[in-house]
This record gives sequence, structure tokens and C-alpha cells, in this order.
Amino acid sequence: MLPDLKEIGDKITQNNIWKSIFRHGYEDTPRNRMLQILGNVWLHIHPTTVTKGSINISFTWCLGGLTFFVFLFETLTGVLLMFYYTPDVNRAYADMLDLSNNAIPLGRLLRNTHRWAGHAMVITVCFHMLRVFLTGSYKAPRQFNWVLGVILLVLTLLLSFTGYLLPWDQLGYWAITVGTNMAGATPFAGYQGPFAELFGFTIDNDIRFGLLGGTSIQAPALLRAYVWHCIGLPAMAGGLMILHFWRIRKDGFSGRL
Amino acid sequence: MANPEATTLKPEPRQTQPGPEKIHTWPHLVAKEFLCALLFLVVILLYSYYVDAPLRELANPGEPENPAKAPWYFLGLQEELVYFDPWFAGVVLPSLIIIGLMFIPYIDFNHKGNGYYTFGERKFAVTTFSFGFLLWYVLIIMGVYCRGPFWAWFWPWEKWTLAFPTPPPLWSLPAPVGVLLLLAYFGLGTWLPARRWKDFYQQLGPVKYGVTMFLLLTMIGTILKMGLRLGFSIKYVLQTPWFNI
Ligand code: HEM
Repeated sequence: MLPDLKEIGDKITQNNIWKSIFRHGYEDTPRNRMLQILGNVWLHIHPTTVTKGSINISFTWCLGGLTFFVFLFETLTGVLLMFYYTPDVNRAYADMLDLSNNAIPLGRLLRNTHRWAGHAMVITVCFHMLRVFLTGSYKAPRQFNWVLGVILLVLTLLLSFTGYLLPWDQLGYWAITVGTNMAGATPFAGYQGPFAELFGFTIDNDIRFGLLGGTSIQAPALLRAYVWHCIGLPAMAGGLMILHFWRIRKDGFSGRL
Repeated sequence: MANPEATTLKPEPRQTQPGPEKIHTWPHLVAKEFLCALLFLVVILLYSYYVDAPLRELANPGEPENPAKAPWYFLGLQEELVYFDPWFAGVVLPSLIIIGLMFIPYIDFNHKGNGYYTFGERKFAVTTFSFGFLLWYVLIIMGVYCRGPFWAWFWPWEKWTLAFPTPPPLWSLPAPVGVLLLLAYFGLGTWLPARRWKDFYQQLGPVKYGVTMFLLLTMIGTILKMGLRLGFSIKYVLQTPWFNI
């Protein structure tokens, strides 16, 4: 005799424990569809209803949402990498080799996905900006959210940039050298920039020195890159994303039709 | 207690014209988001399975890479280093790009085209932005694929060698000529379009118009400078004891 599935289902769901966890049923009613959003702490960032046109893939191309998802993905894989990586010039490169050689289970996949998703995030955020521009979605009342977006764009680039140094290999070392040398050329505040003498900036007290914690890229620079990459920048970006999403709800989403 | 006005007030007529059609976020939007995320996961896992993240030799401060390239998304700026000094290519130009981007919503007076794709209603805005976006990526592609040792130009199919021809010597314009040229470029570049497109100028007003044109002329100016350098071997348009442009 076949077991009565409905009866088993009822046994599981019609009791106090189940009901204390799941606050409403899953009958497909308009009310439940709304509760599904409102009653879920993660989903209630959405409105319960949206206009039909605004969720066409060909309107947003899902690019903002994708950028956010990639950020979450990077957070997860990044934290996992932190278990195995030491920001010490004598250890960092060896840790990278351990990951790449799978001396750590799934290490190579972990490192590869974190690396490529980081690049992907730069691309998706750029194209998200392009889509927001082309749909004119930055126009009133959403001007300020565009400004927040630009800051997020810069933070995304900085996140990727600070990560570049961490493997402590020739590629990252010299890329970061090129990049941070630019800071040394800042007018007024960089030792090689125009008017540096005006405020007495030299190689051991200018902006570049502040970024590197030294006059060249050594152990302090690696530690600084690490702290910015793992704590400072993600915290700032995460906070601003919350603001970005809050403003989308408050300003109203642009998509109509 | 009954509201005395309630009896005299007629109920608000229901909105007769229905607004845009609304649908439930669950499941319509959530499902799409989920599929997007899933698709991304599949792509990134497949890609990461087949392509390894780069890892070169241990960092060696005594042995510079040649060429030493910044991460790809900054290679547009590094490419500009050929044409400008670092204070401009590496600091002022990116700062102007960031500030310029932030200014966009405040200088775009055109109310049309809010929330849908259109070219016809925002010809100037769409053209300018798309051009800048494209420029950024063209410079990146040049930097990633066409620059070899000592930042010399190699086509992607060419082998990198150190035996490339010595570049021709560079020269700079005399300072007075440079000053005049820059003043003329930004002066006329601001004044002439204001005369030609009076409506545009009047709708923006002098401040927004000035900002818009400054940003636009700076963008075009970087390309012109590239032309001067590549076509006429000009190193600096303006040379001063303090800074060069
Ligand atoms: C880490 C970076 C970013 C994340 C995670 C993010 C996320 C999002 C998400 C999820 C949306 C909802 C609609 C959509 O998916 O397109 C959105 C909308 C929006 N984003 Fe972003 N964004 C980021 C960066 C930017 C940038 C760089 C800009 C512009 C410079 C920007 C400007 C806007 C604006 C104005 C909206 C409202 C669009 C509308 O109402 O149509 N965002 N963002």
C-alpha cells in the first residue's frame, strides 16, 4: 500500500514546532505571495509588488543584483581564504602555492573563483552604471543614488586593487608599485607631484608613504593592503550598498511600462 | 465619534486610469534573481575549473617586471601616462572622471528619458557618455594587448622583443604658445558652442554649462593630446617650471 503523502505532509506541517518556524503556509494565494516577501528578513528588501516592465531582463540585465551577488560570493570565498592565508611577506606566497596546488582541499578552486569573480564584479558594476545611464535612471528623484553608486564603483576598484598585492608575487608586486607610484605624484601632497615643496612633503611623509606604510612596498604595505582588503573596504562597500538599496526603495525604481 | 465632515465629503473617486500593471515580487522577480545568481555560479565555477588564476614568481623588489602593468581596469590610466605626466594621468584625470560622473545627475537638465532606453530624446547625453565609456575600454584594450617591454607598442600577434625602433625625439611647445593654445582651446571651446546652440546654453545656465563643457573639453583634450604626441611627437603642450601638460 502506498503511504498517504498528504497525511505525512500534514503530520509534518500541522504542529506547533513547524508553525513556530514558518509563519505562513505555502498555498499560492496573493496574500501568501506578499507574506513571502514581508515575512522574510532577507527578501523584504523588495517591495511586495513590482511593475511588470521593471523586471524585464532587458531593462536591468540583472546587473545591479548580480554585482551584489558577486559581492556576497566574494565575501564568502574571501573569508574561507582568510583561514589559509597569512599576510606576512615570508608566508603569503607559500600559502598561495598551497592553495594552487590543492595542498588545501579545493584550494585551487577557491582561489580561482575568488580571483575571477573579483574581475567579474568590476565588469558587472561598470555595465550596471552603463545601464543606469542609458535608461536615464539617475534623473530626479534618484540623483543621489547615482552619486552613491559612483562611490561604490570606486570602492569596487579599490577592493580589487588591494587584493592584487596579497599573493606577493611579481605580478601583484609591480602592478601595485605602478599604481601607488601615482599617489606619489599627487599635486601638493605627493613627493613627486607639482608643488610638493609647498607643504614640505617628501618621500617619507606624503600620501604614498601613508598608503604603503614605508617608502617602498615591504611588509607594512602587505599588511595594510590586507586590512583594507578584508575589513576596511568591504565594510564601507557593504554599508553603502545597504544605503543604495534603501534609496532605491525610497526614491522608487525607475522602470515603468 | 463620527467625523462631521465625513458625511459632507464624497468619497474620493477611485483612480479610473489604472497605473502600470503590477505583479507579485514573489515569485516573478525573486525567481529571476535566483536564476541570474545560479547562472553566474555555473559560469564562474566552470571558468575557474579550466582557467587558473595567475601566479608568477615570488615578489622580488630588486627585479622589476618589464612591462610592469597595473591591474587591467587601470590600464587606461597607465596608457595615458605615455601622453601626460603622472600627476595628471594618475591623479587629476581619474579624480575628474569620478567627480564628473557624480556631477552628471546635477548638470543633466533634460527631464525626458527617465526610466527607459532612448537615444532620440537624449542625443547629447547618450553620445557623450557612451563615447567616454568606450574610450575607457579602448585604452584598456590597448594597454592589455598592445603594450610590451618599455611600454612599446606590439600588436597582439607580434612577439615581444627589445629590438624595437627608437622612438623619434620629442619636443615641447614654447610656454607662451602653450598658454595661448590652452586658453584658446578651452575659451573658444566653451564660447562657440554656446553661440551655436543657444537653447542648450540657456537651459543649462552659465554654471552648469561651464561645468559640462569643462568636463567634455577635458575628455576631448586628452584624445587631442594623444594625437599631438603620436602624430607630431609633441611631449608637452605647456611646459612650466612647476608642472607640464
Ligand atoms: C557595488 C556596486 C553596486 C551594487 C551592488 C548596486 C546594486 C544595485 C541594485 C541591486 C539595483 C537595483 C536595480 C538593478 O539591479 O539594476 C541598483 C539600482 C541603481 N543603481 Fe546600483 N549598484 C552598484 C553600483 C552602482 C553604480 C556604480 C551606479 C552609478 C554610477 C549605480 C546607480 C544606481 C541607480 C541610480 C539605481 C536606481 C536605478 C533605477 O531606479 O532604475 N549603482 N543598484
